[in-house]
Amino acid sequence: MATIGILIETEDGNVKDTNFGVLTAARSQGDGTIVALMLDGSADGAKAVLEKYGANKVVQVSAAGGDLSTSPDLKARALAAAIDNYSLDALLGMASAQGRDIFARLAASMDLPLASDCMAVDLAAKTVKKSHFSGKTFATVKMSGPVVLCALRPNAIEAVEAPADAAVESFAAPVEDPCLVKVVDVKKEAADTVDLTEAGVIVTGGRPIASADNYKILAECARLLGGTIGASRAAVDAGFAPHAMQVGQTGKTVSPRLYIGCGLSGSVQHFAGMKTSKVIVAFNTDKDAPIFEKCDYGFVGDLFDIVPVLTEVLKEKR
Amino acid sequence: MQIYVCAKHVPDTAANIKVVGENGFDDAGCKFIANPYDEYAVEQAVQLVEKNGGEVVVVTVGKAAAAATIRAAMAMGAHRGILVTIANQFLDSQTTARALAAAIQQDGKPDIIFTGKGAVDSEGFQTLYRLAAAMELPVVNEINRLEIADGKATVGHEIGGGAREVLEVALPCVLGTTKGLNEPRYPKFPDIMKAKKKPIKEMTLADLGVSLDGAQSELVKLEKVPERTGAKMLGGDVRQAMEELVRILKEEEKVI
Repeated sequence: MATIGILIETEDGNVKDTNFGVLTAARSQGDGTIVALMLDGSADGAKAVLEKYGANKVVQVSAAGGDLSTSPDLKARALAAAIDNYSLDALLGMASAQGRDIFARLAASMDLPLASDCMAVDLAAKTVKKSHFSGKTFATVKMSGPVVLCALRPNAIEAVEAPADAAVESFAAPVEDPCLVKVVDVKKEAADTVDLTEAGVIVTGGRPIASADNYKILAECARLLGGTIGASRAAVDAGFAPHAMQVGQTGKTVSPRLYIGCGLSGSVQHFAGMKTSKVIVAFNTDKDAPIFEKCDYGFVGDLFDIVPVLTEVLKEKR
Repeated sequence: MQIYVCAKHVPDTAANIKVVGENGFDDAGCKFIANPYDEYAVEQAVQLVEKNGGEVVVVTVGKAAAAATIRAAMAMGAHRGILVTIANQFLDSQTTARALAAAIQQDGKPDIIFTGKGAVDSEGFQTLYRLAAAMELPVVNEINRLEIADGKATVGHEIGGGAREVLEVALPCVLGTTKGLNEPRYPKFPDIMKAKKKPIKEMTLADLGVSLDGAQSELVKLEKVPERTGAKMLGGDVRQAMEELVRILKEEEKVI
């Protein structure tokens, strides 16, 4: 029976909803023990939500030799110690900006195989299915190390409740900070924004949005859907949106349950970043736009006419 | 400053990938380019050397054709190239990192090693971390801000949810670059001609004493991500279409 660790991500101390799909991925590997590892936030506070999705143990990890929040390498060392301490066969987590970084540090320091941005994992076969060629192909990768490290694409696996009873404990890893990299400041630029890569719904504006200010129209619609807004490369290059909002090959790869593209042509590079979305809706003034060949629902028209009406309908039908 | 840039030769981002056999692709049938994220690495290295003096050396692990990516970096201003030739497009990240580390250590003493935040073909997002571990250097990835002073780099990167992190790291170090750090230059014709005369040293994994035995991951299957077959187009006026869309998303797709 496998013992599977999950690296839990928190935001402002709360467990992010996107962790639950990772727990479901671990639960679906058969009857194993699931150990949820927390480097921040509170294990006591997280117990209730984590056991709902099948965690058997919730561990508050700390490092004897320093402050985890200021040293990514210390985090990696503490996780390595936790892998040993709990004899984990695998560690799963999220391929978010932070997850990708910590998993890569861990893999490098322990010389273990790592697959990042995975859509599925099979621990018995030690294989993962992951994005390759920027979302144009899926690769099946076989891993042969003693411990499998796998960072899953947020929202790639739908969370299913699987109630368990979890014990809470703490683990002080006997590790020192190598003092290689030091976090000196964290700036929160936009408050209350749902992270693009983890959003369940994304409303994206292409170049026709024509100004940064016009994204407000999309933002209101996205807010009603509980989602966030994105931008195409053309819109970012034109200065209408920051790069952090860019979806596509040189931006973020997203996999929301609903993706609404407004004024997007449907380039190969853009689709590389969002084609694993569950449902794709597109609005474009050009009835021959390539995006209509590759999405689920389309409507021909100007986004400035359409989106406010969609927002209105959503308000009425809430 | 002695700056090394690790760059990868990858299929063009606009190329359609044709899968061949179980785990191969038709590389003769698609155009190759320098990995887009590596262009920010080259640009940053060249700017630093223009300002402080020194040398930019491009290191690539790839098939013989990957020399084109080294030439492209040279046209942007890199001085020399090292090409570690391998037989296939894909080499596991552990072996790649060992090869890069050995090639750099054999060549000189880096002040900074730049590379793109990841390669757009294999999307492993880990080689630079393994390179840093092999050379016992600090590493920060996805940087879009950089200041260098007093033997120290201060870097910024996005950590998601609209938050930015600022980190300090001592030189020498490995830095992964992403969009926003700079605007990679378009080489002019004379620079492209000059690049043809710059030296590229070729070597093999065996020359570097790197074996393939350390690989712990293997690409066993490649398949196209299924494409949708065309949208269901909504009819009527805007109001009717949006009412129908919301109904579908709620009742049929159950996504809202």
